[in-house]
Amino acid sequence: MLAFIIKRLANAVFVMLSVTFLAFVIFRFVGDPVDQMLNEQATQEQRDDLRERLGLDKPFLVQFTTFVGRAATGDFGISFRNQRDVLDMIAERFPATFELVLVATFISLIVGVPMGVITAIKRQSWYAETMQFTSIIGISLPSFVVGIGLILVFSVWLGWFPAFGRGDTVDLGWWTTGLLSHSGRMSIVLPALSLSLFQITLVMRLVRAEMLEVLRSDFIKFARARGIPARSIHFRHALRNCLMPVVTMTAMQIGGLIAFALVTETVFQWPGMGLLFIQAVTFVDVPIMAAYLCIVALIFVVLNAIVDMTYAVIDPRLRGAEK
Amino acid sequence: MMVQPIPVPEDSINATPALDVQGLSVEFPTRRGVLKAIDDVSMQIAPGEILGVVGESGAGKSITGLAVLGLLEHPGRIAQGAIHVGGRRVDTLTEAELTKVRGREMGAIFQDPLTALNPLFTVGKQLVETIRLHTGMSKTEAEGRALELLRSVGIPAPEERLRQYPHQFSGGMRQRVVIALALAAGPRLIIADEPTTALDVSIQAQITALLRKLCDETGVGIMLVTHDMGVIAETADRVCVMYSGRVVESGPVGDVIHNPQHPYTKGLMAAIPSLHDRVEVLSQIDGSMPRLNARPSGCAFHPRCPHAGPKCSAQKPLLQKVGTTSAACWLQQGGTQ
Repeated sequence: MLAFIIKRLANAVFVMLSVTFLAFVIFRFVGDPVDQMLNEQATQEQRDDLRERLGLDKPFLVQFTTFVGRAATGDFGISFRNQRDVLDMIAERFPATFELVLVATFISLIVGVPMGVITAIKRQSWYAETMQFTSIIGISLPSFVVGIGLILVFSVWLGWFPAFGRGDTVDLGWWTTGLLSHSGRMSIVLPALSLSLFQITLVMRLVRAEMLEVLRSDFIKFARARGIPARSIHFRHALRNCLMPVVTMTAMQIGGLIAFALVTETVFQWPGMGLLFIQAVTFVDVPIMAAYLCIVALIFVVLNAIVDMTYAVIDPRLRGAEK
Repeated sequence: MMVQPIPVPEDSINATPALDVQGLSVEFPTRRGVLKAIDDVSMQIAPGEILGVVGESGAGKSITGLAVLGLLEHPGRIAQGAIHVGGRRVDTLTEAELTKVRGREMGAIFQDPLTALNPLFTVGKQLVETIRLHTGMSKTEAEGRALELLRSVGIPAPEERLRQYPHQFSGGMRQRVVIALALAAGPRLIIADEPTTALDVSIQAQITALLRKLCDETGVGIMLVTHDMGVIAETADRVCVMYSGRVVESGPVGDVIHNPQHPYTKGLMAAIPSLHDRVEVLSQIDGSMPRLNARPSGCAFHPRCPHAGPKCSAQKPLLQKVGTTSAACWLQQGGTQ
């Protein structure tokens, strides 16, 4: 067990280092931040001075090791553009994105899993066919179109939900949440829905495919021979055996959504990390971009670890040496 | 589905056969026409009796078992005939009614014990689930019965084993669990489809002995489907030999083995290697069983039969009594000419 944990940790460190290195290399080519920070009349002296202050005159490897060393202690430096601590800026934005992604994931599971089961067990029925067909639309519509469509119908025409922003937030000290205020809850509906539409389709199709596979297996046949009612066979015996890939995919999607909720956040002007990143790209704000990439990589590493632990909860065969 | 169930005299349970199959035909409609997997098969099993059903792969042994359980896979269907389990007609039941009969009146044991149990639930949970479903026992009562069942199928330290998952059991132990599950609600009939095929030879003997013991103790009737004549010889009371969807011979196991009437049964018996007579070449039946869509006319065995005459390809022989056994062969019914 200990060996496993150590191996896991070493793995994680390696992944993080690689990502950091890649990020660092790539950002050397996005443009010279000094150009963005000074106006055109700045003298060469001023430029060199700034370059020195930012540490950009040092050789590449020195810059990289300094960066890694600081990042390990949570210090990602000062934003070139805002002159504020990068970690603070990201910490400010993280709760918004995280809540959005969590609600979207929740919706996609609540809707997608039952739909997957139904389309698998009632394959020939008209409603299963309809769901299958509709899901193709769901998977092929780009998310900004969905977002704009939702705004048009539910904010402009019906006026049920706000079209942008996060509503009122409650500060818990270490976390600002929109889920505790009415306007916050109303505000999260449309962006979460727009973000989850693709996920619903994905979950549904995955569950359906897995169910069809599991329902063919011997232990399902034997369960039927034992006289277990269909309902219990489908939702108790079969569904649980489908969960592994669903958990894996959901976790990876959470990571993906946190990283790439950019479009939805832009459409709904959601004050999350995605929006911050887009702005950072526009202004070649390297510290923010680098910190953002590192945090996203960290999220993936953590999610992966959680997935591995969940496996053991779901499947007794993976619970190590327990006799 | 319009046929009314035949009333069965219920004077005593022992008078009612555990299984009564009459004139069963099973069809598989396909794009190329209807395939008859089973053609006019009849068999009976008395309480406490083991009927061996033997034949090559594709003879229709397993399909017969699945038809009894009502588990024929789509698009298979029962075209003709009647099936009674413990006096109750089951082939006309709806799926919902069947669910209540399966597990309660009839249990099943399948070939591969490694895949028959749900890997995510403990053995105890699966037993308790089945017991409570059919008996309405409380959870504690059901746990008690589960313990009793595991003990009766010869699983050591059952208290511990109840809390374990299927992957913690060996193949033979898993098959014992499967048998315990089949017995959970005290059924009258167990369909055992190749219950020993996937097991080691030494374990095979233990499992067949266990089936024999349970059969004698509980009075359950067992349909033992296998292609292994040795298993039948050791375990069964009577035997049904199937070939290409029909029963070609049936009778008490000793008579069929020592005095087979049908040329196919003779071939099967000759193909069993013996320890006593050393032979250089193992005997075999030439050719292979016809496919369902290319079944020969008349007796389906005639292309492979050494005694075939003109009558064999023209007319189907019916099962008729020959001494203590019954055979479907023109040889015993006025010749093949």
